[in-house]
Order: sequence, then structure tokens, then C-alpha cells
Amino acid sequence: MIHNIIQSDTSSTLTSEEIHLINIELSHVPQKSGAAIDALKIVQDKRGWVSDECLIAIAKYLEMSSEELEGIATFYNLIFRRPVGEKVILFCDSVSCWLCGCEKQKHKISEILKIDYGETTKNKQFTFLPVPCLGACDKAPVMMVGDELFTNLDSSKIEQIFTDYEQEAG
Amino acid sequence: MPTIIVDGKSYEVGSGKNLLEACLDAGLDLPYFCWHPSMGSIGSCRQCALVQYRDNDDQHGRIIMGCMTPATDGARVSLKVEKAKEFREAVVESLMLNHPHDCPVCSEGGECHLQDMTVMVGHRDRRYKGKKNTHRNQYLGPLINHEMNRCITCYRCERFYRDYAGGKDLSAQASRDRIYFGRHQDGILESEFSGNLVEVCPTGVFTDKPFLADYSRKWDLQSSPSICSGCGVGCNISPGERYGRLKRIHNRYNHEINGYFICDRGRFGAGYVNGDKRTNYVGIKEPNGAFKAIKKNEISRHIIQWLGNGNIVGIGSPRASVESNYLLQKLVGPSKFSLGVSQTEHNILKRQVSILQTTRASNPSVREIEMADAILVLGEDLTNTAARIALAIRQATKNKAIAMATKMGIEEWHDSAVRNLAQKELSPLFITTTAATKLDDVAMKTITLSPDEIANFGLELARQLADGNSQDPQIIEIATYLTTAERPLIVSGPSLLNANIVESAAAVADALAMSNQNTQLSFTFPESNSTGSILLGEPQNLMLSDIIENIDEIDVLVVLENDLSRRLSAFEMTQLNASQTKIISIDVLENKTLEISDMVLPAASFAETQGTLVNNEGRAQRFYSVFSPLHDRLPSWQWVIDIAAVIENEELSAIASFDEVIDLCAQNNNFQALSSVAPDKNFRDHGLKIPRQTHRNSGRTAITANTSVHEPQQSPDEETPLTYSMEGLNRDQPSALTPFVWSPGWNSNQSLQKFQAETDGPLKGGPSGIKLIKSSGCGVSLDYDRTPSVSLKNNYWRLVPIYSLHGSEELSLHTKEISELAGLPFIMLSGRDADNMKVSDGDGVIVSGDDLRISISVRVSARMAKGCAGYSAGYNEIGHLTADTYVQINRDDEWQPLKPVVIATDRIASFKSEDNQYV
Repeated sequence: MIHNIIQSDTSSTLTSEEIHLINIELSHVPQKSGAAIDALKIVQDKRGWVSDECLIAIAKYLEMSSEELEGIATFYNLIFRRPVGEKVILFCDSVSCWLCGCEKQKHKISEILKIDYGETTKNKQFTFLPVPCLGACDKAPVMMVGDELFTNLDSSKIEQIFTDYEQEAG
Repeated sequence: MPTIIVDGKSYEVGSGKNLLEACLDAGLDLPYFCWHPSMGSIGSCRQCALVQYRDNDDQHGRIIMGCMTPATDGARVSLKVEKAKEFREAVVESLMLNHPHDCPVCSEGGECHLQDMTVMVGHRDRRYKGKKNTHRNQYLGPLINHEMNRCITCYRCERFYRDYAGGKDLSAQASRDRIYFGRHQDGILESEFSGNLVEVCPTGVFTDKPFLADYSRKWDLQSSPSICSGCGVGCNISPGERYGRLKRIHNRYNHEINGYFICDRGRFGAGYVNGDKRTNYVGIKEPNGAFKAIKKNEISRHIIQWLGNGNIVGIGSPRASVESNYLLQKLVGPSKFSLGVSQTEHNILKRQVSILQTTRASNPSVREIEMADAILVLGEDLTNTAARIALAIRQATKNKAIAMATKMGIEEWHDSAVRNLAQKELSPLFITTTAATKLDDVAMKTITLSPDEIANFGLELARQLADGNSQDPQIIEIATYLTTAERPLIVSGPSLLNANIVESAAAVADALAMSNQNTQLSFTFPESNSTGSILLGEPQNLMLSDIIENIDEIDVLVVLENDLSRRLSAFEMTQLNASQTKIISIDVLENKTLEISDMVLPAASFAETQGTLVNNEGRAQRFYSVFSPLHDRLPSWQWVIDIAAVIENEELSAIASFDEVIDLCAQNNNFQALSSVAPDKNFRDHGLKIPRQTHRNSGRTAITANTSVHEPQQSPDEETPLTYSMEGLNRDQPSALTPFVWSPGWNSNQSLQKFQAETDGPLKGGPSGIKLIKSSGCGVSLDYDRTPSVSLKNNYWRLVPIYSLHGSEELSLHTKEISELAGLPFIMLSGRDADNMKVSDGDGVIVSGDDLRISISVRVSARMAKGCAGYSAGYNEIGHLTADTYVQINRDDEWQPLKPVVIATDRIASFKSEDNQYV
């Protein structure tokens, strides 16, 4: 399941850019550990996910134990502790989307990308994850691909979306 | 006192309690998981649901959580109403969705709080047909077994380990039904209190690993009221035995001392009792140097031959009971008796006792230490020298949080609210030591000084408190914190073997006590009966050095439970060995003193005999055997009586019972109260003896059926009010005689509350132990104005002892798991010294001095006084390094980095860490 996943950047030391961004967050909090979530987000933003090495490096930088930071990192669904594809598909399967038939669309995505929830495409382009809500219930069913929100999904729309991505990727 | 109404019945309850505590205090069975009497409430498990009614007219009521609702006067609740019962059953049913049905193979089974609560709520039939979650377990070291599938996510482990005990390497991870309690990666749990997870966990996630490998059900264990012999604090323990093996040790609640928790040395350090180093038979040294086992009754033949001029000298021991020491002193006479410690240690401990007898400050119990609101530690690494006191000090630093909460009207038991409010605000703790300590993380200030400088620091602080003339801003600051505190506490002890430190601590405490009578002064004492042996001391007592000096005049030297190689130099040991003096050693384990003895008498360990130990506050406590001695072992005091019979000492040889020994001890003024420490052998509880076995002890009649089908007789116990059987009554007796806790429906250690007058309160059986040291309050006579000289030498390091919970104590080091954790002997350097020598953790250095050149591994300390280097005190291999000697230390270029000790011998398979992560 996770064996053939892209080995993105796992260098153990934080880059100076990451440290710079973490320092900005640190200036807003009274205790270093207060910047834990932001630091994880910064590193994930740069590297796609948070590796063990990165987690230990962040914990050290924030003067926390790696256990303490692991508790925070694993609490949040959207901090990835395993490598993910280039774009993460957050597919809402909560009540509004469910009522509007999101299950059908989910199967459509699985069919196109040949992956199920929790999996990554062979070309490491997409990781497919369910989320409880994206806050766009009036336009259900919805999903996010990377930073982009797609609303009122139906089969043809989904086909179109992934064809576009394919073309984009060349 | 508020009155609450539960199911129409009124109960008077303690003020400031929550409804769960109130119900338990009233004797009602209200199930719970996450609440802990010492750790308060967080309302996470939802198990203690009650229905609360607004008033008499409210017929409907609403579900509330007992642990999160204050027991206010007039509160009306129902425990029995169907709505509450259904709710509680639903909670257990939901916990059971993922809990495996592995009770028969789970080591918690039979003393599992989850089992008890499941039965209590009446949940029986399983409706859920789905799959259960499975987790990977972690390797947590040789002491704790991890079985995460059993977890019911009560959070108690994390709250104890991190919030209570200050551990960093265990946390709650992930969310929802994937919650996982463990480390970031496999590895040994770092906390010195990790063993408490075994008792804190309401089910079988964290279990006692050595016990698991040598297992018996709780109901099959024979237990006794005992006292830990790991250090001078005297925590109460409940050891469990079966088949002649000491299986495990559980905490035994003592309201004044250990409360609910003990350290890992106490819990896991007694494995030596079953070890192959035990002495089993009387041994006599043959001319070829080997020992031959002889019968018990043959000892007289040999001893008579050795008597010569009849000059018998005795060496006692700070780890032997008051009774054994006293009898030996009586046998040889005070002028021929040595307490068996070095002169330096003897002088410091004697001074500590004399200070405690005169100080204006009070000498606190561990519970009183927890109440301090400003603390100064002088020269002690408490986590390693008196671990339970360190845990209490950690709690004391939270008193500021409690004060802040009280101001805001938040109850003390409202744990997460109290913590949230205080954030990182802590009561002031100042630690003045030579090296880093495990309490540094909660200290307001750590001050790193050499031993002499610590003494000077203390004395200057005392002068500042007396006259306020100091110019040192640090001294002024600390003095201000101490004087403005309501209950200031000074802690010191003999660790650095520097008498001036102890003096300075007394000076600070006395100066503070002049204006604040709540001032407390606590000293640590190194061994389980150090205080008792000092109280035994008489002015004419011999020093060990006197004995060595005049060794040739001594015909017979009787050594009581004392490995002299830990007290004497290698040279002195050689002198002892070369002398013609016949040495009779009475001891529990083989050691270097036994090797050079002419006769070895196998002593019963603490688990096989009874006796009295005096702890660091001067509290005398009785321990009782958990099984009768195996082989030819006898209690040390019995051996002394046997020797007395040989030399025709009529007074001693006439002693027929342990109670008579105690009566004899009363001849010493300090021990007049010894007989009231615990009831005598004639005590009966409602006419019955107190059983060491549970009433479900199984296989009693068949236990030896493999050798004989005849039912064995229970070992008789003529010496105590306890019995080696299941018959009798374990209820209503004095606390000192409670071997284990059990109550109908409460099979786990949570049944303790049935033995308490109130939760977290004193036991119904009253306090146990008697304080033998009382202060006259007249003040310590001190010379405030002197300034002990600081001796440090250029290019030399002054050696200071560094103690380790696992490794520094003689007997526990012979327990397999403890010796694994102790690791290699080491030299501890400051980061700067290590950098200069170009060494880091695990590298080697050569330590050289007078007649000394050894190669040894390095540990780097976060802080270490300038000019000082630490050495691993008490480790067997390190005898040639002594405190306060000056050595040169250089990098050892030929050092072969030792391969890491393979600890995970019991680990079945390793796995890739990446497989254990969550998206």
C-alpha cells in the first residue's frame, strides 16, 4: 500500500527558509510549543508530508519531546505522517454530500485513478482521502484537489477535472 | 460539611469534593475509569454518570458526570435510576467494541478494573459483530509490557506519566478510535516512575514485564505488608509470592509516605530475592578456599574453635533491621560494635539526626513535602537518591497552580482546568547541585556548584535570612521567595559526602523557622535503615577504620548484611583478607565480603522475615515476611541468637520469639516505642489472624502434587499476627497489618478506597509507623559565620558521586532488569570539559590519580560544576574511584566503543517504524 510511494525530501535538518517561517510563528506565541501546529504545517507545505526525521527536528527546535509533537501531528488528519502524492484529493463524504450522491462520484474517481481512499496513484500524482466537511454544503457534492475546490460534482465533471489534470501534467 | 442526597438517602461528605468522590466515600459503588484520587478529574471516560435533580420536585433530572460535578450542599442525585444505569452500561459496551476478549491470557485478569466495572454496570451480552481495532505494540524496555489493543483510552497513563511524573517520552497519539498511547519509537521508558503505569492503567495495556515472565494471578499470590528496602524513604509495598518465588511488588498505600506511587527501584528491584546469587546453606571455607555446605547445627563446632581470647567484634549494617543490628550490638557489646559505614558517612548521618532532634523547622513526611510552596534543594539529586521525595517535590511545584485555581473558584480536582489556568506557572524550586538533576525542568533556577561552594551558598543564604546583608542578587532573590512562602521547604542529604552542606541546610531552615513556624527541613538517608542504625549508635562505637587497624587483635568478626568492599578501600579489604581473624558473614547475596569470609550464614531477605526499618524522617515501620525462608536461610537476628548460644550469652540465647527481640531493643532509649510500631504476635482481628492469601487462593491442596499427593501443611507463623493461609480476616485491622487490598466487586487495586476513610485520605486502620525522632525545637547550634574553604585544583578534577536509581543500590543491582538498565560505569563531564577532551557520550577516558589508572566510558551532563567530574557511585566495577579525590582525565584514544547492550532480548520481532504511522 505505501511501499511504492514517492520518497520526497526527508533531509533531517530543517531548511533555513523553514526555520525562518517557524521563527515568525514563534514570535506570536508565549511558549515555543505553541507554534507546534504551524511548524508542522510549514514543513508539510515545503515537503508534502512530515517524516520522522522532520518531526524529530521540529520537536528539538521547539524544545518539545518527539512524543509530545507526535501526539499533535497524529491528532490532525491533515498533517500527513506518510508520503502523499503531489496533490491530495479531499473528498467530502459527510451528510450533505452523501445525500447528493457523493458515493457514486467516489466510485468514479476510484475508477479513473485506480485508487481507493488512503491510496496514492502509481505516478504519485494523487492521494485520495475522505474528509468530513469542506464547508460548501450548498454546492454538494464537493471535493478539493490540492488547493482547488470543485463543487456540484457529477460524473462528467469529474471526468473533465481529471482529464484536465492529465493534460496539464503532460 | 455539605450533605448530599443520593437515591433519597442523606450523606455527609467532605467539603471540596466532587460527586464521584463523595459517592465512593459514602461507600457507594459508582463505576469510574479516568478519575484518579491523586490526579483528579478530566471527565474523559463518561463512566461515572449520575442523574442530578434540581430540587425535590424535579422528577426528570439530567445526566451528569460525577467526577466533574462538585458535591455541593443539598445536591440531589440518583445512582440507581434506570437512565443512569443504562448510560453507564452503554459506556462500557462502547469500550468493549474494541477491547479484546483476552482476559484468560491477560496478566491483568483477576485484578482488572475494567473487568470489575463491566460486571458492576451489568454489561454482559455482546451485540457488536464487527472487527476490532488492532495496534502494534511497542518495546518499552525490560520493565513494562505494552499491549495497546486492550486500551480503553481513559488517558490515565499519559496523565500520570507526563502530567504527574514529568516524563516526556509517552504521549497520546492520533485521534478517534485510533488513539494510541506510547512512545514516538520503540525504546526504554525514561521515567523512574514508569512502573506505576502498571497500577494506574485500569486494564492490561501496561503490565509488569518481569511478572509476566513468572506469572501468577493476584488471587493466587501470597502477600504481606512490607517496606521497601531500596532507599531511606521507606515506601510501603505489598510483595506477592507463589511457589517460593517473589513474583512482584505492588504499591501499598501509606497516606503519609508513598500514597499511590512508588519508584521503579522499589517495584522492580527485588528480583534478586529469587536470584542465583542467593546464599542458601551455611558455608564453611575449606583450606583450598572453596566453601563447603554444612548443617545449621554444625556452626557451633567451628565457632568454638575460633574463639581464642574471645574477642568478638561485630559490624552492623544500614540495610539490616533495627532488631538484627541491636542484637549484634548486644552480642559483642557497644564498644566492639561498628555501625558499618564509612567515617564520613557516619559523621554526616549522625549530624543529620542531631539536627532533626533540635531544629526549629519541622521534619516533613512525603505528603507534607507535597504541600510546600517554595523549595530549596541543597546538593541532592533526589530522583536518584530518594525518588519518591523527588516525585513529591514535582507535585509541590504545582501548588502555585492550585492557589491560582482556588482564587478563581476552580476546585483542585478539576485537573485540566487547573493546568490550563496555570500554563507553565510553578511554585519556586531552587536546585543547587554539582550536576544536572531530573527535577531541573520544574526548577525556577538551577545553580551549579562544587560541593564546598554549595555549603557556602547555603551558609550565605542563611546569613542573608538572618541579617539581610548579602550583596549577591541571586541569594537575595531566593531568600525573598523563601521568606514570602507560607510553607518553605529545605531538602538536603549526605549524597555529596560533605558535612558542611548538611550544616548549611540546617542553618537556612533554622533561620527561616525563626519567622515562619511552617518551615520544613528534610534530609535523605541513603539506605533503608540508615536512620535506625544511627539511632542505635552509642558514643563508644567503633569505626570501620579502627577495626582494620586492630584487626589482628580480633578473633572473630561478625559481619551483618554488609558488603564491606563498598565501604572500605581495596587496600583495607586486602588487609582484612590477609588477617588471621575469622570472619562470619550473615548475608542475603554473594558478595566480596562473603568471598573472604570463613563462615557464611544464609540470611533471609526482606521478603522472608520481619523487622523494623527507620526511614529518613525517623519513622519506624515494620515489614513482614511474605513467605517462610527457603533452604537453610534464617533471619539475621536468629543467626545472631544462634551465635549467642554458642558463646553462651544467656540473655540473648534465651530469646524465644521476635517479640522478645523487640522488647529487648526497648533497652535503648531511642527504641522504647518499637513495640508500638505494629501489633504483637498475639493480636487478633475479630478473633482471627490476618491471612496473607486471598480467600480464592487456588490449588492449595494440589500445589505439590507432582512430588506427593499428600496435602502439605501450611507453614506456621508463630511470630506475627499474620498467617500463611487464606483463613482469617483482611478487614478492620491496623494499617500496618494490611497485606493486600481486595473488596467484594473490587478485585483491582482500586479496592483501596474501601480501606480508606476517604479517597486519597488516611487509611481506616490508622497511620502506620511511629516517628522516633522528635525535635526539641531549641534550634541547631551552628557557626553561621564560617566559610568552608573551596578546594579545587588546576588541571585536576575533583570526583563527586553521581547516583543512579538503577545501579547505585547494592541489592537491586543484582536484579537482571535493573542491571540491564544500569549500564556501564561512567565518568560524568560537563559539556565544556567533554568538548575540550574531544569526547562525547559513550566515548572513553582514562582516569588517573594516585595508584589509579582506569579506562571508563563518558556521560556528558547538561550541567556540571567547574573543576568537578562525576563518577557512577555504587556501581560494582567502580570501587577504586572515591569522592573528593583529585584525578586527571584524558581522552582514551584506544577506547573501543562498546557495543550497545542488547536489552531487547525478549523482543520477538522488530518492525519498520514507518509501518506504525498514521495518515
